[in-house]
Amino acid sequence: MLVMAAPIVQQRAFVPRYGLDLAGGTTVTLSPVTPDGSRPSRESLDQAVEIIRDRVNGSGISDAETVRSGDTIVVTVPGRGRQEVLELVGTTAELRFRQVLAVAPARADAAGAPTPSGTPAASARPAALPHPSGGPVPGPSPTAPASAGPRASPGAQRDDPLAGLDLTGIEPALVEEFRRVDCSARARGQGVPDDPGARIVACSQDGSSRYILDRAAVRGTDVRNATPAVDPATGEWYVSAEFTDAGAAAFARVTGRITGLPEPRNRLAVVLDGVVVSAPAIREPVVGGSARIGGDFTRESATRLARQLRYGALPLRFERGTVEEISSTLGADQLRGGLIAGGLGLLAVVGYAMLYYRGLGLVAVSGLVVAALLTYLSVALLSAYAGFRLSLPHIVGLIVSIGVTADSFIVYFERIRDGLRAGRPLHVAVETGWRRARRTILVADAVTLIAAVTLYLLAVGGVAGFAFAMGLTTLIDLAVVFLFTKPLLTVLARVRFFAEGHRLSGLRRPRRTAAGARPAPRGT
Amino acid sequence: MAGLADRLRGDGPDLDILGRRRLWYGLSLALLVLSLAGLLGRGLNLGVEFTGGSVFTFTSASATVERVREAAAGAIRGSGDGQVIVQRTGAHGWRVTTGLTSGDRQSDERVEHVRRAIAERLGLPPGEIGVQVIGASWGGRVTERAALGLAVLLAAVIGYLSFAFEWRMALAAVAALGHDLVVTAGVYAWTGFEVTPATLLGFLTILGYSLYDAVVVFDMIKEVTARLGSTGKMTYTQAANRALNATLVRSLNTTLVAILPVASILFIGTTLLGAGTLRDLSLALFVGMIVGTYSSLCVATPLLAALKEREPRYAALARRVAGRDRALAGAGRSAGPATTAHKRRKRQS
Repeated sequence: MLVMAAPIVQQRAFVPRYGLDLAGGTTVTLSPVTPDGSRPSRESLDQAVEIIRDRVNGSGISDAETVRSGDTIVVTVPGRGRQEVLELVGTTAELRFRQVLAVAPARADAAGAPTPSGTPAASARPAALPHPSGGPVPGPSPTAPASAGPRASPGAQRDDPLAGLDLTGIEPALVEEFRRVDCSARARGQGVPDDPGARIVACSQDGSSRYILDRAAVRGTDVRNATPAVDPATGEWYVSAEFTDAGAAAFARVTGRITGLPEPRNRLAVVLDGVVVSAPAIREPVVGGSARIGGDFTRESATRLARQLRYGALPLRFERGTVEEISSTLGADQLRGGLIAGGLGLLAVVGYAMLYYRGLGLVAVSGLVVAALLTYLSVALLSAYAGFRLSLPHIVGLIVSIGVTADSFIVYFERIRDGLRAGRPLHVAVETGWRRARRTILVADAVTLIAAVTLYLLAVGGVAGFAFAMGLTTLIDLAVVFLFTKPLLTVLARVRFFAEGHRLSGLRRPRRTAAGARPAPRGT
Repeated sequence: MAGLADRLRGDGPDLDILGRRRLWYGLSLALLVLSLAGLLGRGLNLGVEFTGGSVFTFTSASATVERVREAAAGAIRGSGDGQVIVQRTGAHGWRVTTGLTSGDRQSDERVEHVRRAIAERLGLPPGEIGVQVIGASWGGRVTERAALGLAVLLAAVIGYLSFAFEWRMALAAVAALGHDLVVTAGVYAWTGFEVTPATLLGFLTILGYSLYDAVVVFDMIKEVTARLGSTGKMTYTQAANRALNATLVRSLNTTLVAILPVASILFIGTTLLGAGTLRDLSLALFVGMIVGTYSSLCVATPLLAALKEREPRYAALARRVAGRDRALAGAGRSAGPATTAHKRRKRQS
């Protein structure tokens, strides 16, 4: 226990962190929907969690939490309004490959800081080196990324960013939108799904450039797999994407069509959630069913892109199950209610144990106190180190399991009394009773654990929290009975107060035992 | 009370529970029929979590039902679903349930509109109004998962009990459990208590609890009946009855100890918080625990005994005991089966 307490004192994490139903905030539960109605695989859910987490955390909301719970995804954001959270998680991330029709730096006034005029947008982002699957990097050797930059002259940009761009064949409305688009923060359109059948205006992820993009040529569902990798020759990170058969054909078609077109129309943009992640130039048709997306990647950014590509490949859509926003006053009320109920319940159990078991009741009560302490320490530790948040279902689970914990004592005590009734001395009864009670406690706790684990794995929403609390306290119960109650009773059995069966010890020898020890009563 | 406690503590009770098994079967059958009639006839009062909709919760000392209803109904009018339920919860708590569900951007805005309307009307900051929006398909999903959980749980427990004890005990325990679930659901149907996901959670917990209770009783039965074959003085049923009496004190104690905290949650949940997770859960547990204790004593054990008596060796044992009793009775009615002898001795002392 001291070992458990030390880090808590060190971290000053005396008060566990509370879940949203106690602290106030917004919870959104997303249910995955697959096209064919089958159960989504666990991997795809885990990937979806990673992506949604990226999205929520990337938006600057701190302290948000995205977890998988059963086969739903729960996003909790303390202290935030509903609208804001919904905008972030309400939509599905969609990945598309689109041909770049035009590119320009982001508007200087909108971007906050003026964009250095000499830095063409695409130089920050990558050149790509598609290669047929299998063999080593063929054909075009990596060239300087800067070569991929648009040919807009710096001078022209100062007057009109669109001067010098080839806008032939693009609808005027789109050009107008392109002219006006503000690539700073919100207006980037992050989280808004783009229409795959239409041309769109989009911004790069870092907000430094804007694009006009053609209809989606390849979609996220056409990607079979994507992995981050490092080029052994240059040590540069890239993402290797592998397509499905249909995707490979579509990818070959689009890369074949745009290779050889003038900059920037030979570039293929990777668009996630309406944001251009990268827009490499295509130097030769990609026919092998896999592509290499290169650029200024670090290990993190390559891993993230690969994950996003895989997510785009997930045949998952999310439906909003519940959206719950709890005001902080209601949360505080619930916490107070839960704590009062727990205190009251504990008090009632302690009162009953003392009344019924008297001296033995003290053993039960100290056992309960030890169990309560262990529970508190576990909760505080989990909260400080494992991101655990105490919520209402947890509290209910903990209160309910006061009964289970107390029951272990009752089972044992009754066995000891059976032994006393059979005329055994206390220290013997404590040992023989233990052997029998141990089996009962183990079997019964095993059943509770099975129930808790099943509920935890299959549950939706609060059930998991409740099941977790039940499982945790069952384990604590086992620890307390084996390591505390039993040794304590072994010691107490040598104390006169108990061993002699004092009137208040709760171990008074029943009169009938004495009667039973006498010769059998004679007949009538 | 003290007298009862002393008696229980001293001797241990000696009640012929299994002898009255017809009474228990009849009682349970009546309860089951009544419950099923309630379930089929009246049905369960499903909460908004199952039907889809939105719930607005807030506290206000000055609000009245009329004002709250007016504000909410006025904001909803025109959006197709005009149904509004206004409830008081706790001292100053309010709960407004509407049929608005979530989904697209539009419905989000409608929900927001209602919230602002209520806030304005009652002079509250909008942030003080909690909102819960439940999609129309959510309830089906919860039910589906609960059913799956139930199936897996039952399979796992039957497997484990068959391994730890034997299949007859597993079967009897699970039958008792089905009894508990149906009767608890029946109580909900007849009383019209609202069924929410928290209630389902409570039902699932009852499973664990009911099984736990049955396991402890069965463990004792196993121990007592282990030495049966050699003596030939008792039938399986009589031995099981003795085991039942041996664990009776524990069963009642356990129930009491388990119900005390649940009752305290129920009390706090109802008086302080009104409708909500705490109350729904504790109510299901409260009802289920009482039914569960009854069933592990009066349903699971008689069923187990009935199953065991069909086993050839226990059937033979029952015949032997019956023959011995007849012989003894003929010899001068000096002793009966063990239970009766036991009782008589007790009366003398």
